[in-house]
This record gives sequence, C-alpha cells and structure tokens, in this order.
Amino acid sequence: MDIGWFLAVSALIFAIGAAGVLTRRSPLVILLCLELMLNAANLALIAFARMHGNHDGQIFAIIVMVVAACEVTVGLGVIVAMQRRRLPIDVDEMQELQG
Amino acid sequence: MTSLKLFAWLTLLFPLAGCVTLALLGRRLPGRAPGYVGTAALALSFGSAIATLLSLLDQDHHHRQVVAVAWDYAASASVDAQLSLLVDPLSVFMILVVSGVSMLIHAYSISYMDSDRGYARFFAYLNFFVFSMLLLVLAGNFLVLIIGWAFVGAASYLLISYWYRRTTATGAGIKAFVINVLGDVGLVLGTFFIFKHVGTLDFLATFEKAGEEFERGNADLTAGCILLLVGAFAKSAQIPLHTWLPDAMEGPTPVSALIHAATMVTAGVYLIARMHPLFELAPTAADVGAVIGCLTLLVAGTIAIAVTDLKRVIAYSTMSQIGYMIMAVSAGAYAAGLFHLMTHAFFKALLFMAAGSVIAAMAGQQNLDKMGGFKRAMPFTFGCMVIGGLALSGVPPFSGFFSKDEILLLIGDRGGWYWILYVAGYVGAFLTGIYTFRMIFRAFLGAPVPEARELEEGHLHHAEVHTNPATGEVEDTDVGFPGADHHIAEREPSMKLAMGALALLAIAGGLLQVPKVTHVIDHFLEPTFEESALYHRELSDGLIGFGLVLGAVAGLAGIAVAYLIWVKNPQIATRGRERLAPLHRLFVNKWYFDELIDMLVTRPALWFGAWAQQTFERVFVNGLLVGGTTGVVRAGSSAVRAAQTGFLRYYALLIVVGMVALSLYFLLNA
Repeated sequence: MDIGWFLAVSALIFAIGAAGVLTRRSPLVILLCLELMLNAANLALIAFARMHGNHDGQIFAIIVMVVAACEVTVGLGVIVAMQRRRLPIDVDEMQELQG
Repeated sequence: MTSLKLFAWLTLLFPLAGCVTLALLGRRLPGRAPGYVGTAALALSFGSAIATLLSLLDQDHHHRQVVAVAWDYAASASVDAQLSLLVDPLSVFMILVVSGVSMLIHAYSISYMDSDRGYARFFAYLNFFVFSMLLLVLAGNFLVLIIGWAFVGAASYLLISYWYRRTTATGAGIKAFVINVLGDVGLVLGTFFIFKHVGTLDFLATFEKAGEEFERGNADLTAGCILLLVGAFAKSAQIPLHTWLPDAMEGPTPVSALIHAATMVTAGVYLIARMHPLFELAPTAADVGAVIGCLTLLVAGTIAIAVTDLKRVIAYSTMSQIGYMIMAVSAGAYAAGLFHLMTHAFFKALLFMAAGSVIAAMAGQQNLDKMGGFKRAMPFTFGCMVIGGLALSGVPPFSGFFSKDEILLLIGDRGGWYWILYVAGYVGAFLTGIYTFRMIFRAFLGAPVPEARELEEGHLHHAEVHTNPATGEVEDTDVGFPGADHHIAEREPSMKLAMGALALLAIAGGLLQVPKVTHVIDHFLEPTFEESALYHRELSDGLIGFGLVLGAVAGLAGIAVAYLIWVKNPQIATRGRERLAPLHRLFVNKWYFDELIDMLVTRPALWFGAWAQQTFERVFVNGLLVGGTTGVVRAGSSAVRAAQTGFLRYYALLIVVGMVALSLYFLLNA
C-alpha cells in the first residue's frame, strides 16, 4: 500500500489531537488528545520504518510509548493532586504564569 | 670609554641600592645604622661621580659626549625608546653637585633626625630622591628625562609629607605634587611637539636634527619650548607655579636643604641648559624664560623681606636665586647660570643646615619674632650662617659674588632690552642683602631669648608640649610627627662636619671662575655648548669692572640697610611697617599669589564641578543615560510580559503555530 495513506491518517489523527488540546478545557481530555498526537507520530514512524525496511522507526515508536506512559502518569498525578486540593479542574482557571 | 659608562651607571645605582636596602631592612637596623647606610650609599655615589669626571677628562676635549645604553624599551621605525644615559660635561657637573651636596646633607641628617621614629624611612626616601634626581640629570633621552622628572616629584611629595600625621605637612605635600604634575604634563606635551618634527627621543639626535627641521622661530618649536618651560617653572618654583615651595618648608629641615636648595629646584635650570639648542632656535620661548626668571627674583626678594618664618625666608631666597639661574640660562649665559647653581647649592644647603640648628635650639619653633641673641650660645651655627649669608648676598670674595655677577655681566652684554633684566638683577642683589641679614640679625643678635639663655647655661631647650609651628596645634612625638629630642650643630660632630665642608665650599667655590683669571667651569662645560652661538663671548674690561663693583656695592648696601633697620635702630622696622602698611600686607601675603590661583583656578574648577554635578550629571548622566537605559529596558520588558498570559491553551497554540510555520518554511524551501 502507498505510504501516503498511512501518513494521511497520521496527519488526520495529529490534527484532531491538536485541535482537542487547543479547544478543550478539561485537563483529562487534553491529556487524551496529547496521547492522540503522540500515537499519530508513532503511526508515521512505523510507516516510515516499513518503507525503509529497517527497525529504526519501530524503536523510536517504542521509546515514544515509554515517554507517553511517563507523561500520562505525571499528568494524572497532577490532576489527582488538583482534585484533592479542591482546585477547579479547568486549565483556563490556572493562570499563575501570567506576567 | 667603557669605564666612563660604568662609573655613570654606578653613580645612579648606589642610591637606588641604598633605598632598597633601607626600605626592606631599615627597621631591623639598630640605632643610627640606617643613617650610616644611607650616607655610605651617597658617598659611594659621589665617589663614582668623581671617577666619571676623571674618565671624562681622559677623553679628547671634543669627544666628551658619550651615550650609555642599557637596553631598548622599544625600537621601531619611528620610536627609539631606550634606557640611555648621556654622559657629558653638563651631566657630570650636575651629578657632582647633586651627589656631593646630598652626601653632606645625609651626613647632617644622621644626627638631626636621630630621635625621629621614622628614621629608616627618612633615609630610604632621601636615597630614592637622590636616585631620581641623578636619573633626571643623566637622562640620555626625553623618555628617561620624563621618568626622572616624575620620580623627583613623587619623592618630593614623600619627603614634604614625611611627618604624615601633621595635616599641614600632608597638605603641603599634595600641593607640591599637584603643581609638579602640572609641570610633568607641560614637559610631556612639549616633548610631543618636538618629537613630532624630529622623530627621535634621543637628545643628541634631536639637537642635530632640530637645526634642519626647524627654522628660527618656528611656531611648533616655540610652543614646545614654552611647554618645556612650564615643566621647568613647576620644578624650579617660578611664577606663577611657585606657591608649593614655601609650603614645602613643612618637611624636616634636611629635606628643605636637599630638595629646595641643592637639587630638585635646579632641575628647571638644568632642563633649559640641556635644551639650549632648541631654545636658541626659539628665541621667544627663551625670552619668556628670562622675563619670568627676572620677575620671580624680584617678587621672591620682596616677600622674603616680610615673612617671619625662618625657613620660609630661605625658601623665598631660593626662589629668587633660581630666578637668577633661569634668567641666565634663558638669556644664553649657560656656564654662569650653572656656576651659580653650584655655588647656590653650597651656600643654600649651608643656610638651611644652620637654620635647622637654630630651629632645633628653639625646639621646633620657626618664628623669627620669637628668636634672638643666639650669637653667643651657638657660635658655630652663627659663623656658618654668616658665611652662607655673605655668599648669598654676593659679598666678595665669597662664592655667590662671582657667580651672580657673571650672570648679570653676560646679560648686560646682550644689550637691547636685556638692560631691564640687568638692572632688575642688581635690585634683586640689593634685596638679597636686606632679607638675608634681616634674618641673621633677628635670629642671632639682640637680647637673648629664654631658649638662647638656657643654651648658654648648657641646657638644650626641649618643648614640654609639642606644637605645630604653623598652627600651634598640640602634637604627639610618636611616629608621623617630629621626634621628641632636638640636635644642634654645636653638639653633633656629623652636623658640624657637613656644615664645615659646605662653609669652606661657600667661601672658596667662587674661585673656580673669577672673571679674567680662572675659567674652570667655562672650559669644562664647553663641549656641551660647543655649537652655541651665545657661549663664546668676550666681555669688555670696562663692563666687568663696573659690574663687579656694582654687584659688591649692591650686596653691601643691602646688608648696611638691614643693619640700620634691624640692629641699629629697631624702631625703623616698626615705623616702616606702619607707614608702608599696604606694601607690607602685600609682601606678607606673598603678593596674593595663593589667593590669585585660588580665584582663577581652584574656585572656577569647584564651580564647574558643582555646575556639572547640578546640571550635567543630573540631566545628562542621571536623566538621559541612566534614566534612558532603564526606561528602554522597562518598556521592552512590559511589552514582552504582555505575551505571558498564563493561558495554557494559548501557549499550546503558539507552539503549534510555530511548528506549522517552521514546517511550512522547510517544505517550501525544499
């Protein structure tokens, strides 16, 4: 199958993820959308690996999964902490970085 | 040839070695040992100077200008900076006078400074001073000259503020240093003017090229020579840069003898004599020197009649005598000027030493009003003072008579408007007689003061409470102040020795050059001044006879007037002071030169500083530079801060947009 299809799907998923990150206010959903974006990248990496016929891309994808797992762990931990402190679960409410 | 160079270097190195030794080990040496070390260094230096003289005399008469180069600082196409000495009759003459008189002053100081807590420091400074002065006169190029010139200024600062816990002494030291630095600036700028044209720093090469590069009266050369004169005036205390010299009397008396009689103040005279080929090409500059010298000798003479501080009288007489020398060397009477430099070094050092002895007998008091009747108590000091005074007043056959009259004869011989200087010189000689013997009569004749009577009974007066003679402030005798005990010549062999030697020289020194009879100095200095048009002049017998008689009469008349006013009929002094009150006030206030400088330089500078602080600093520096910079940074940062909204999704958007923009850029470029 032509590699273009794989890349198109990957780009589509990435765009959906990015749109979700930009539009949603719940940190949980933003984390989910980030996962989408990472997996879109994984799809593209594996497609390229198939195209070149070596394993470099697959190894990259596995590393990305590890990073994604870590990221989710940390992200969920932050959300649980927010919950415990009874902070609003809304990224727009948290503006401590404002200059 | 090589031994000549070696001896010249040794002359220079012994005082330096003495200075380093005393500076590093001085405090460990017991008792008077530092004084002996310092004096020995100078004795060795004087010995080397004599050896230099002898090996110079071995040379052929016309090949007596030898340059000794130790190493090159920088040698390129356009600069020739070397550590070089010029050994010629002029510099050998100077090193003999400087090291010889300094050696005697060191010997005098061994006893005089005995009870001072900074004894070793004193001798280290003295040795450093002599080293600087020898470097100055031996310099073979402008660079070394400037180094020596600045060293002498620094050394004089150290010595004048030697009693560093006396505020008046430190003030005087700073004043001397500042005025000397002004002279250094003049010397350096003058050097640039000359270097610009001749392209070499070496003296002999400069003089050789000056004749080709400059026409007579060239504007650049005149400017350069006048700037050199500024340097000479500052060192030699000529109007209007003279105000440091009387204040410098705050230093210990041997310092006054060393710096302000024999060595430092003669640097200006030496400079003009050394630069004579340039000054002869710039007659305007030479005339400026002659006129200023003449003015100084008159002004200083009048002030010396009025001041009541014993050392300041001698200081003003130094100024006056240096005026004669500056006038002489500027008007082309080189050998006569240098001859007077030598005889003056003898009798002025002698006068200062005798004054030091009197001041010691007065336990530090310098006021003439409080002195009197020391003649019987201190016969040796009195004798030395009278010999020095007669030599200074130019009474035949003492040394000052021949040297001063030769200057005036040669100036009279120039003709033209120089007759004004000629007449002024004799007026100055008359004034010299008056002020010198006023000082001697007031200190030694008349009714003995309590201190003198005490001394006659065999007790040397020591003040119970030490006070500053200038302000009356109560002082300690700890380090940084004058020591507790005082030493007079009558009781100290080393002081007696130094004064005796100088007294002999002051009597007999003039015989080296009696008109028509002996020409030792004239002949010896000839190789240096060989090219000079003004050097070889035959004076007519009539002029010589008339001049000598007039000189003797002027000096003796001055002495007679002093005798009449201050011994025979003391009311004349008080009455004259009342009747001529405005004149007396003018003289006592030193012609208001300090006030004039204060008004013309110090105050405008302060006003300008205040104005700059009020307006320039506040508006330009604080407002524009500092305020502008902070304003720009603040405005910039507030603009950047606006980008930091704190919205997470906004940051995410920026990242996405940035990434997309980058991707597009690379895609489109690919």
